[in-house]
Amino acid sequence: MRRYVIRRLAQAVVVLWAAYTLSFLVLDFLPGDPVSAMAGGGLDQVSVDPAQLEALKREYGFDKPVLVQYADYLGRAVQGDFGNSVATGQPVTSVIGDALPQTLVLTGAALVLAVVFGTGLALAATYTAGRALRQLLLSLPSLGVSLPTFWVGLMLVQLFSFRFRLLPAFGNDGLASLILPAVTLAVPTGALLAQVLAKSLFTALDEPYVQTARAKGAGRARVHLRHALRNAALPALTIVGLLVGNLLAGSVVVETVFSRNGIGRATVSAVTVQDIPVVQGVVVFGALVFVLANLAVDLVYPLFDPRIVVASATRRRSFV
Amino acid sequence: MRSLPRSGRALGSLVLTIVAALALTACGSGDGDTTGNGGTGDGTPRSGGTLTFAVGSYAGCVDPHQVASNDTIYALRQIVDSLTDQDPSTGKIVPWLAERWEVSADARTFTFHLRPGVTFSDGSPVNARAVRENFDAARKLGAKASLATGYLSGYVGTETPDDLTAVVSFEQPNAQFLQATSTFSLGLVAGSSVRKTPDQRCTDGVVGSGPFALDGYVANQSITLVKRKGYNWGSSLWRKSGEAYLDKVLFTVVPEAGVRTGSLVSGQVDAIGSVSLADEAALKGGGAVNLQTRANPGVVFNLGLNNSKPLLRDVAVRQAIQVALDRRQIVDTVYPTGSKPATSILAHTTPYHSDVSGQLTFDAAKAKSLLDAAGWQVGGDGVRTRNGTRLSLSVGWFANAATNQPTLELIQQQLKAVGVEITLKELQIAQITQVQQSGDFDALWGNITRADPDILRSTYSTTLANTYRLAAGALDPVLTEQAATVDPAKRQALVNQAQDLIVRNAHVIPVVELTTALGVSKKVHDLDFEASSRIQLHDTWKS
Repeated sequence: MRRYVIRRLAQAVVVLWAAYTLSFLVLDFLPGDPVSAMAGGGLDQVSVDPAQLEALKREYGFDKPVLVQYADYLGRAVQGDFGNSVATGQPVTSVIGDALPQTLVLTGAALVLAVVFGTGLALAATYTAGRALRQLLLSLPSLGVSLPTFWVGLMLVQLFSFRFRLLPAFGNDGLASLILPAVTLAVPTGALLAQVLAKSLFTALDEPYVQTARAKGAGRARVHLRHALRNAALPALTIVGLLVGNLLAGSVVVETVFSRNGIGRATVSAVTVQDIPVVQGVVVFGALVFVLANLAVDLVYPLFDPRIVVASATRRRSFV
Repeated sequence: MRSLPRSGRALGSLVLTIVAALALTACGSGDGDTTGNGGTGDGTPRSGGTLTFAVGSYAGCVDPHQVASNDTIYALRQIVDSLTDQDPSTGKIVPWLAERWEVSADARTFTFHLRPGVTFSDGSPVNARAVRENFDAARKLGAKASLATGYLSGYVGTETPDDLTAVVSFEQPNAQFLQATSTFSLGLVAGSSVRKTPDQRCTDGVVGSGPFALDGYVANQSITLVKRKGYNWGSSLWRKSGEAYLDKVLFTVVPEAGVRTGSLVSGQVDAIGSVSLADEAALKGGGAVNLQTRANPGVVFNLGLNNSKPLLRDVAVRQAIQVALDRRQIVDTVYPTGSKPATSILAHTTPYHSDVSGQLTFDAAKAKSLLDAAGWQVGGDGVRTRNGTRLSLSVGWFANAATNQPTLELIQQQLKAVGVEITLKELQIAQITQVQQSGDFDALWGNITRADPDILRSTYSTTLANTYRLAAGALDPVLTEQAATVDPAKRQALVNQAQDLIVRNAHVIPVVELTTALGVSKKVHDLDFEASSRIQLHDTWKS
């Protein structure tokens, strides 16, 4: 078990480093630089004094060779210092720290909605006896996955905020302003969960133990919830990492449509002006969340199914 | 997986249709014509209330010296006062914090006599020393405050013979400086703000002496202003003396245009910025909204030709492009109601503007004959060639305004009709300065807001940045001389000459005036544009 944990942790570190390096390379390949963006940052095309621009570049260290900049950034990042935002001068850690609570509330609420409705939909679809209704229910997840989040958000605002005036269209002030964005974000995530869960429920329902349970006289509902769902939950658990990624990516769009402050919005503004330190910080943070979620799943998994640790240990021995 | 993709898609399109239909009904509800101009009039003004203003973007900084983006300036303009103000209808410079001033005959020395008893919102006095500290600090901001630094180019220093007299001097004549003192870029901030680092000023905000004070803000989210109690030193242009009417103003960032528009129509906000032609229909549908527009002064949206490129060195080619454009069609197709085709390189709201639209009228036949005469023959694909060279240009543009791409696509079609091929090259906003300095472009699309004709010198003088690579010539002395001329009549003659030279030689191609369009609830009154087409909220009230 210890070996298993250490191996997973090492993998996590490699993923983080790769994310950091890759984002640095991408930002470096982009045309333009953050200092020019800052100097020319208005709507207008004002000409800037080249000498002053050079001075500013020196001040931020953008005049140094790329490798030196990379080593510099990485060295400090390892110590948890991601530098200051080029656009605002605020430390990157506080840019993320300020935005994090709002994003956590949003993604948390969306995750709860996604789990409740995703599970509900999968259960309803697999439980339904009527063929037509079942097909209808089964087609909902693929619809949910394929609808653009952006469009779903705009439609919800149009209906519930502008037409019926029930909920605010923007902001992050209280529960009322959370409902529409959370529902929007829950649609693709819940749909993904429903897809996977419905599939594994069908598989589980065909297993011999279900036949056995049925033969012993267990009712349909009991077989469905007690036996099939419990076993079908395991494959669904593996996609938690994917769901977390989904939620984080979706928050960029949802926070923009609903004008919510959060990591997604901070990312969009940082990318627009090529605010390298902030983008780097957000990428590493995103990778960290992703890695942690997967790590948690990997570590929890053996508790459900001890065969996993045994398998991995065996595989390892055979390699050595 | 047992789901059926085909039925899923069919169901999807059904749901799509239903929701779209619902949304359309939502847009179409309500009636009544609402496009008007300004909400003046009905009833007597009353104090109190909160104005909520939704803007599209956030500049990442709450220091008016370092920010140039309109959306953020709307808020920050309200927290700083300026030495002078500029009358939006006449362009005349009038008293604000300075009761009067003298400009030396050589336009190098400016003496401001300050109004007594003015304080910043931290209680410190607005005096000659504060003026000196502000200008000294603005110079040091360098490229972080490109507007302020440009206005103070050649700044020698500020002397303070007494507490209320500030004497600002320059190395060279600098006639534009008086107008510059009316802008937000040189608005005065307290000593406590001056002594902060540029980054601190950005993140903490600044303390000003304006009719509103910064009450708080959240990055990417909102800027809150509160009324300054005891304010009694407003601009001589304002209708109301003393404090502002509104208790509070909340600027909230709503990036999505559709959400901004819907929020205004459904009464969730009182005013919105960045209204496009596409949003107008939805605004009119609500019945409770006015559309307010004003052209931004300064250099109009233009094709900024690189005069040093082989193809563009030929004046006939430049002039042909100039008359091949149907500006009226561009304005009607792409720009919000109230926008105007360019009548000069300067917008009509710029002081000293002169109308040279006679040279900017659409004349495809003339364009063709100019190109024929210059030896450009129409080739098989409709694009002209000369000695094997195609008459093909690339236009660089930035996604900083929604109108840019449709405008350029229309320009592309219009020029194609006379045999000029245009390719469009989208650039990143972070590239603007870089591309300008490298000179690696045929043409750039853009504009510059500035309510003083000196913008022509800073943009087109060959002795300065000379972004568009003009060859030194007759234009230079004219531009230099207008900067040294204080007498309005003489300066007018020089500025007329400059506009004529730029347009006649088609150094760059003026196309359309940038028009600031705001959507304002009918409950909001006297939300006025100032001379640079940003807003002034001291006189604004809500019924």
